Amino acid sequence: MKEQFTLSIYTENLIGILHRVTTIFTRRHINIESITASESEVKDIHRYTIVVSSTEEKIKKIVKQIEKQVDVFKAFYHKNEGIVYQEMALYKMPTKLLSQTREVEYIVRKHHARLLAVEPDFTIIEKTGFKEETQELFEQLKPHGILEFVRSGRISISKPMKEFQEYFTEVEEASKL
Amino acid sequence: MEEVATKSQKKKAKTTMSGAAALVNCLIREGVETLFGYPGGAIMPVYDALFDQKENIKHIMTRHEQGATHAAQGFARISGKVGVCLATSGPGATNLITGLADAQLDSTPMVCITGQVPGKMIGSDAFQETDIVSISMAVTKWNIQVTKAKDIPNAVAKAFYIARSGKPGPVLVDITKDAQFELAEFEEYETCDQIRSYVPNPKLSEKALNDAAELINQAKKPFILFGHGVLLSNAKEEFKVFVEKTGIPAAWTIMGLSALPTSHPLNVGMLGMHGNYAPNILTNECDVLIAVGMRFDDRVTGDVSRYAKQAKVIHLEIDPAEINKNVEADVPVLGNCKESLAALLKKVNENQHDQWLTRFKELNAQEEEKVILGELNPPADEPISMGEVIKHISTISRGTAIIVTDVGQHQMVAQRYYKYANWKSNVTSGGLGTMGFALPAAIGAKFAAPHRQVIAVIGDGGFQMTIQELGVIFETKVDVKILLLNNEYLGMVRQWQHMFFEKRYSSVDMVNPDFQMIAKGYGIESEKVTEREKLEDSIHKFLSHEGSYLLEVMVGKENNIFPMIPTGASVSEIRLE
Repeated sequence: MKEQFTLSIYTENLIGILHRVTTIFTRRHINIESITASESEVKDIHRYTIVVSSTEEKIKKIVKQIEKQVDVFKAFYHKNEGIVYQEMALYKMPTKLLSQTREVEYIVRKHHARLLAVEPDFTIIEKTGFKEETQELFEQLKPHGILEFVRSGRISISKPMKEFQEYFTEVEEASKL
Repeated sequence: MEEVATKSQKKKAKTTMSGAAALVNCLIREGVETLFGYPGGAIMPVYDALFDQKENIKHIMTRHEQGATHAAQGFARISGKVGVCLATSGPGATNLITGLADAQLDSTPMVCITGQVPGKMIGSDAFQETDIVSISMAVTKWNIQVTKAKDIPNAVAKAFYIARSGKPGPVLVDITKDAQFELAEFEEYETCDQIRSYVPNPKLSEKALNDAAELINQAKKPFILFGHGVLLSNAKEEFKVFVEKTGIPAAWTIMGLSALPTSHPLNVGMLGMHGNYAPNILTNECDVLIAVGMRFDDRVTGDVSRYAKQAKVIHLEIDPAEINKNVEADVPVLGNCKESLAALLKKVNENQHDQWLTRFKELNAQEEEKVILGELNPPADEPISMGEVIKHISTISRGTAIIVTDVGQHQMVAQRYYKYANWKSNVTSGGLGTMGFALPAAIGAKFAAPHRQVIAVIGDGGFQMTIQELGVIFETKVDVKILLLNNEYLGMVRQWQHMFFEKRYSSVDMVNPDFQMIAKGYGIESEKVTEREKLEDSIHKFLSHEGSYLLEVMVGKENNIFPMIPTGASVSEIRLE
C-alpha cells in the first residue's frame, strides 16, 4: 500500500551527491514530493529531507541504495506518525488590501500567520504548519489577490531520541575497519 | 628548538610538476603498469606525461574507448587489480558508458580518467564538452570532477580505494585540461585507506554466523549457490574447504564460474535460465539455501515469487543493499565472503549428503540423455554444434585456459561445456549482457596473465560490435586466440523468436563479411572450418599456434540452447526440450 514517507539523509557536503540520491528515485519511477537540503547539526555534514509516496517495501530498499552511496553517512525513513514536521509558506499581498479592509487581517489572525515585511506596495505574510494548513490559508487569501506564493519543502525531526552524532561516530568507526 | 628541528625534518618533500605529470605518478604509485585508452584534445597533457614515463607504465591504445573499458575489465577480472582507462572529453567520455555500466553490474574494479574542457569553459557548450559526471553517475560507484592540479592526488587515491574496496565497482575521475597543465607543488603520494562516510567491509556478526551454522548443521538437503563474490574476495581455499567439509552440493552463477573446478565432485553445475537441470529443479526442493557472494539475478531465479519458497535462505554478502533485494534472507551474513566463510568453517560440522547428491545425479542423467549427449556428439549428418567445438577446446587445452566469452548462445555453451580446471578462468559479461565484450576483454585478460592461454569465444554478431580491436592485436602482437562460432544468425534472439514469436525471424539474419579476409588485413592468421572431420586437427593447430589466431567454425544455424527456463517461469519449470 502506498503511503507517505519522509527520508532523512546525512551526506558529505560535496558537489553531485544530491544528484546521486535523486537518481535513485528517478530510476524507480518515484516522484519526489518535496525536498529540503541544508547543513545539519554536525559541521560540514548536510541533511536532506525528502518526502515521497511509495510502499514501505520499496522505501526500505531505496534507503539501502542511498546508504550505499560512498558519500552518504546514514539514511532513515519515517512514516508521518514517527516524526514532527513542518513546512513554511510565504504569501505576497498588496499592502493596500490590508489597509483598506479588515478581512485579510482577520484571516491572518485566525491562522496565526505573521507579517514578515510591510512595504508600500506589498506585504509578506508567513505561515508555518502542515501543508493542509498553509494551503487553507492560501485558499482563503486567494480571493483577495495573492501576488506571489511559495511553500518550502518539509523539514522533520524524528521522535526516537538517538542523536545523529552517535550514528556519525559509529559509521566513522566502522569505516576504519 | 629541538622540537622545531624534528618537525621541519618530518615535513614532506614537495615537488613541483604539472597536474598531468602528478596524475601519471599517482597511477604508478597505485601499482598501475598497464592501462588502456585513446587520446584526444582534452586529455593531451596526460598523454604527454605518459610519454615521459613510457618505461614505467604501458599504455595500450584500443581502437575505440568502449574497447578500452572492456580491456580494463578483462585485465581487472584476471589480475584482481584495478583496471584503468583513459579517454578524452565529449565522445571519448561517452564511449566509456557501456563499459562502466558493465563493470557496475558485474562489480569490476575500474578507474576511468577522462579529460574535460578547461574549467572556465565548462557550461559554455565548448567543443567536445559533455557533462560526463552527470552522465556517468548512474553507472559508477563514485565519480568526481577535478578542476585544480593540487586536488588530483587525493581524487586518484580515493578513486582507487573506492574501486577496489567493499563491493568493487567502476569510478570515474574527470580532470579539466587546465588542471592537467597547471603547475603545483605535490607531496609524496599517499594511498587512501579510509573514507569516513563509507563502510566497505561490514563487521561480521557472531550471531548471524551462529544462526547460519545451526541451519547448515541441521539441514538434510542443503544447497550452495556461489557467485562472483567468491572470486572477488579471493576465497579460493576457504570456499573449497567449506564445500568439502560440509559435503554440500554447490552450483554456480556465470559470474561465480571457475571458483570451484568443474570436475569437483560437489560442483553440480550451472544455475539459471540456461543452467543445468538438477540445480534448477532442486533449488525448489532444498531445505537450506546458502547463497555465497551472489545477488539473485532474475536470470538465476526465474519467477522470484516461486523461488526456493520451501527453503531457509542464508545469504553471505558484502553489500547490505543486496540483502532482501530480490530474495528474502532468513539469515543474512554481512561481510567479505572470504572472512565469512573462514569464520563459518569453524562452526559447521563435517558432513555428507549422499542421498541428496543422488537426486542431483538422477536429474543430471536426464539432462545428459536429452540434451548433453546430442549437443556434444551430434549425428554425422548434422552440422557441427557449438557444444562439440567447446568439448574439443576443453579437452585439448586440458581445461586450463582462460575463457572469455561474449554474449549469446555461444556464451551459454562455452560456460556449460568447458571444463574449467583452474581458479579465475572465466571472463564474461554477466549482468549487462554486453555484446562486443569478449574481444577487448580477452586482450585485457592476456595482458594480465601473459603466460596463460586466453581464448575469446565469440559469435558472429558480437564479433562485429568491437571487431576494430583486432587492431590492438595487430599492433601489440598480443596472443589472444579467437574462436568464432558462426551460425550466421543472432542466435539467441533467433531462438527467442523461434520459441516465443512464432518463428517470425526479425532482423536476426546476419549478412556477414569474410572474417578471414578481415583477420588477414590485421595480420592475424586464420582458418575456417565447415566439416566435422577437420575440427579436431584445426583446434590443435589453433591452440598451439604461436601468436593470435582466428578459428572460425561454421555451426548449426538453428540450434537452440537447452535446458531453458522461459521468462516468467519458475526454476522448477525448466525445459529440456
